[in-house]
Amino acid sequence: MLRDHAKLVQFIAVAGQIDGRKKLQKMIYIAKKSGYPFQEKYGLHMYGPYSEELTCRIEELCELGFVEETVHDKGSYVQYCYAPTEEGLHFAETIVPESFIEPTFVEALTSQRSRFLELVSTLLYFDRLNRKEQVEKVRVVKNKLNFTDEEFTEAFRFIDSLVQ
Amino acid sequence: MSYGTEKLSEEKVFKDPIHNYIHVRDRVIWDVIGTREFQRLRRIRQLGTTYLVFHGAEHSRFQHSLGVYEIVRRIVDDVFAGRPEWDASERLVTLCAALLHDVGHGPFSHAFENVFDLDHEQFTREIILGPTEVNDVLSRVSSNFPKQVAEVIEKTYPNKLVISLVSSQIDADRMDYLQRDSFYTGVSYGHFDMERILRVMRPTEDEVVIKTSGMHAVEDYIMSRYQMYWQVYFHPTSRSAEVILTKALHRAKQLYEEGYPFEWVPESLRAFFEDRVTVEDYVALDESVLVTAFHMWQQEADPILSDLSDRFLNRRLFQYIDFNPATEYVRFGELERLFREAGLDPDYYLVALSSSDLPYDLYRPGEENERVPIQLIQPDGNKIELSKASDIVQSISGKRRTSHKLYFPEDVLRAGKEEHPLYERILNKLGSGT
Repeated sequence: MLRDHAKLVQFIAVAGQIDGRKKLQKMIYIAKKSGYPFQEKYGLHMYGPYSEELTCRIEELCELGFVEETVHDKGSYVQYCYAPTEEGLHFAETIVPESFIEPTFVEALTSQRSRFLELVSTLLYFDRLNRKEQVEKVRVVKNKLNFTDEEFTEAFRFIDSLVQ
Repeated sequence: MSYGTEKLSEEKVFKDPIHNYIHVRDRVIWDVIGTREFQRLRRIRQLGTTYLVFHGAEHSRFQHSLGVYEIVRRIVDDVFAGRPEWDASERLVTLCAALLHDVGHGPFSHAFENVFDLDHEQFTREIILGPTEVNDVLSRVSSNFPKQVAEVIEKTYPNKLVISLVSSQIDADRMDYLQRDSFYTGVSYGHFDMERILRVMRPTEDEVVIKTSGMHAVEDYIMSRYQMYWQVYFHPTSRSAEVILTKALHRAKQLYEEGYPFEWVPESLRAFFEDRVTVEDYVALDESVLVTAFHMWQQEADPILSDLSDRFLNRRLFQYIDFNPATEYVRFGELERLFREAGLDPDYYLVALSSSDLPYDLYRPGEENERVPIQLIQPDGNKIELSKASDIVQSISGKRRTSHKLYFPEDVLRAGKEEHPLYERILNKLGSGT
């Protein structure tokens, strides 16, 4: 479905560049939970909500030359960064001419670290529960990350700001 | 003796083509199998529309669920028994989770979920926790037991080793479906030496690991996943059947929303059209209901719904051609316009499909990826990630291989090209003009 590809290119274009696969995964998930029409299905994985469909679609966009992937050596790990190409921008404008992403929304996500987005997206994954139960779930599935009470408070404040 | 530890007076067995016999001694397991929600899985095919290409692929999620249970039962009763890393008190919750991991799948899972924006994992949870016979059985173990089973399946259970048996990159789910799908489709790709893998599996605190000596058996398993995807799961003709099924359901939903006067609306689908689905509605639906709906809709006055229903039932599938969006996305827009001018609604009759629409369950070793990799445990106790030890796995793990195709009703275009000059132009543009 080309529209699903084009929407991703448009999202990355609004962000300018997205640093890190994990960050990209969490940004799209949070956007989806905030009502943006992304179709990628998510499940709970190692770093919170993760979509194999999204991973495959980004791979396709790179292979088609619509998104450029650059690899940065960060010492103990490598980071993958994504930016649209000129052809990708033309593709997105052709397939999805209307702008459906609010730039301030994307900016709010890009300015956060991926650890924080991981916390926010994992809380959102359990948003059928009350906040106390959400925290308990995150403490079980993310027991090695030791999120502090302050981080939880900040994450809920961030979620509330997205809803507004 | 408590209900949770109660054994049947004598062992029950199910004859099975993959595992030979599936053994049941636990009263709880026997009772779960007898529930209406679990029996419903007999009427949900494991591979959706694949039977229209591989005619043997009529096997059900009922069979697969029993198979996953049997593999886990062998692991916890034979392979892990007596090992200090394995907590035997987790046995029953692990077996129940294995048995119920797919209980929330709907008819023709992928297509149906997409059209009605449903999530089978959510319904799995609701069937286990809601007002169902499954919940009645599990609650007899303890009031907290259904919640524990649901947590294993949704991967939030505190014991990660238990989760990894049911859901990881080398889990009982995949080990069963690869062998079962291979057997019923008649292809040879899905075979691997599961007996060897079971022998070299070891429990650790939070995951299953494989002894290094078993690496070659795991290589074979990874290759099976790779080949089954491209040869069976993403078979382009099977995808064509799924396109038609999806479009038929979309059309029915759209007509319902527009107030179209249906000759016949199956009561079981009304809640789905109206986006107010309860567990009861969900459990009432299976593939026999959908197939009946297609039979009835063949007679509807709406030409698109009747055509798509007829196509699905009688296997009049769409033709497909390779399509390169990098160079042909402008042509796609032109084709959409031509279809519209020719009176063929491109929303239903011109479909671009990519491999990401049915993502490949690729083995991804780690880096920034999200999946727990397969770990080999060396004689000195150190672990090494599979693709670092295996040249074969390294050569196929994380590698891109993509596919894009265009689906369209070539039969209609060919039959009508004398009468409709635009049909000829469309065929030429598609490269099918001769």
